[in-house]
Amino acid sequence: MLEINNLVVAIEDKRILNGLNLKVAKGETAAIMGPNGSGKSTLSYVIAGKEDYEVLDGEVLLNGENVLEMEPDQRAAAGLFLAFQYPLEIPGVGTMTFLKAAINAQRKTRGEGELSTPEFIKKVNAAADGLEISREMLKRALNVGFSGGEKKRMEILQMALLQPHFCILDETDSGLDIDALRVVSEGVNALRSPDRSFLVITHYQRLLNYIVPDTVHVMSSGRIVKSGGKELALELEANGYADYRSSDAA
Amino acid sequence: MVMPIIALRMRREVVGMANQIAVLKNASEVRLEEQFTTLQATLPGLAQTRAAAFREFSSKGLPNKRVEEFKYTDIRTFLTDIVPLAEKPSTADAHAVLGTAKAFRNVDAFRVVMINGYFIAELSDIAAVPGGVEVIPLAQALADSHPLLGKIGSLAKAGDNPLYQLNSAFMSDGAIIRIGKEVKLGKPLHVRFVSGSEALATATRLLVLVEEGAEVTLVESHEGPDGTASQMNDVVDLIVADGAVVEHVRLNAEGQDVLALSTVTARLGAHVSFSSINAVAGSKVARHQIYVAFEGSHSTAQINGTAMLSGQQHADATLVADHIAPNCDSRELFKTVIDGDAVGVFQGRINVAAEAQKTDGKMMSACVLLSDTGAMFNKPELEIFADDVQCGHGATCGTLDDDLLFYLMARGLPRPEAESLMIQAFIGEAIEVVKHDEVREELIGSVANWLKHRR
Repeated sequence: MLEINNLVVAIEDKRILNGLNLKVAKGETAAIMGPNGSGKSTLSYVIAGKEDYEVLDGEVLLNGENVLEMEPDQRAAAGLFLAFQYPLEIPGVGTMTFLKAAINAQRKTRGEGELSTPEFIKKVNAAADGLEISREMLKRALNVGFSGGEKKRMEILQMALLQPHFCILDETDSGLDIDALRVVSEGVNALRSPDRSFLVITHYQRLLNYIVPDTVHVMSSGRIVKSGGKELALELEANGYADYRSSDAA
Repeated sequence: MVMPIIALRMRREVVGMANQIAVLKNASEVRLEEQFTTLQATLPGLAQTRAAAFREFSSKGLPNKRVEEFKYTDIRTFLTDIVPLAEKPSTADAHAVLGTAKAFRNVDAFRVVMINGYFIAELSDIAAVPGGVEVIPLAQALADSHPLLGKIGSLAKAGDNPLYQLNSAFMSDGAIIRIGKEVKLGKPLHVRFVSGSEALATATRLLVLVEEGAEVTLVESHEGPDGTASQMNDVVDLIVADGAVVEHVRLNAEGQDVLALSTVTARLGAHVSFSSINAVAGSKVARHQIYVAFEGSHSTAQINGTAMLSGQQHADATLVADHIAPNCDSRELFKTVIDGDAVGVFQGRINVAAEAQKTDGKMMSACVLLSDTGAMFNKPELEIFADDVQCGHGATCGTLDDDLLFYLMARGLPRPEAESLMIQAFIGEAIEVVKHDEVREELIGSVANWLKHRR
């Protein structure tokens, strides 16, 4: 599904990713953990296609296709989805307007017809109910005045509606209280399927109690320095990142 | 290279000093003088007012960039040629021209039709307006020396403005609209200004009197064909009495070669709710002037403007809000989107007199630059003599936010669609002021239309 080979990325001449390799199979949920500044968010942005980064080497293959050559919207149409760590507020753009535009844009790129309005509203309402998103929230401008938890739930709602093949959750647990964490995790778990893969980026093991990963990777200084099963997350929780930080100096 | 320019400037002054009247005039100023001299005898009514206004205008000439208020919009440069003043078209011709107009066509409204600046009674709904409402063709009122004419041009400050003076000198037609006490007009009053395919000058004047407790939505649309270099100089004088509610919407959908000059003056009584928006979606050069005077206490005014400019377009919005009475709120929000080599101008001034305590004024101008070659000039000014007021102003200029753009694209919106959505949202904030649903929807539609043609 996703294969990253020797990815080297810099921002303003500073190297953030230093030859990163990672494979996530179809249906797999992989977690990336690592200390602050290890390059986790950069990795998610580079996969999704943010412009500020300079890719010096390597490739990111989604189902065998190098997404680095695509615009962000083409990547989205190819089935990639990034749930943002800090979802952006878009004053003046109604949530429903935005959702409809996004769904129909992707359908169009894939050569599918537009959803009819009743079909669309039915889908949104069904998905919103599962995530405890009120109708009133859907009426507001996108993310404007939403709490941290509401913004994260809105990200998962978008994920549910867009039905991507590969989802990246960038510190989705940050800023969430226990209840919100449960709702968001249940939303994510409901989307897990043998056809859909997840890359869950987090600082803490806590999220992984709710979204139980198949594999855990430790990232440090722009590389994956250790990979293992879900027990690796517990080990990190007990010992911290100290064992891996030494490589930061390298 | 600098020397000859200085020499020329000195020469103008010397000539001016030696003979107070013989200021050097350029070809357009000479042409205007000739026009006024020729037409003076035939223009209806107010002969002395016209002569005085023209004299005032003539003493300074066409405003240019050395006049502070016209620093960024040099009318002398834009008006290199003066086209003839329009004459009243036949009803058949007027009917044909009206057929080309589209703006707010489907909005249920009382219509007043102005073709080439002339009131066409046969095409207007004068008879349909409810009791307590009067719509009188201005040319007729001028010819009859109608008593309400005394209220024309009563805002002294606007009278000092050269474009206003030109309109006062040449005003050929227009309307007096009176909304009587406590009359709440259920439908908008829609004044359709439509011009034909001949390049002509117009000088129309609307005098709108909204009496105590009355409510009205006044919509103006200005339309004409591309390829016709008409010169419009229109004025709307609003006098809003205590407790009245006025919503004023103006759409500039002029053809792409038109020079569109316009002035709105509004004298507000006490406890008035007034809103005015000017949406620029056409014309080559536009200058819209707004003079608002808070003469009574506890009134609120929301003055908005939008402009979507491309190519070589130039649009200027100049605002003067005079807080004379205490406890009034004014809000100004201007949004400009600039593409190509277009130029936008916002000049906003809030004056707070010593008596106007508890004034609350906020003025904002925001601009999105879509090209590297466009330009925006913002000039906000506050002049405050009272000591217990809240006044603020802000101005921003920038490109579309890259992070927002990325967020929208990451959700699958191609770049042009993502940009369009952001621009629509940006402009939309200023359009939100319009309470009438269909009118607002059509203005939002005009944004979408502009975006479609831009691509």
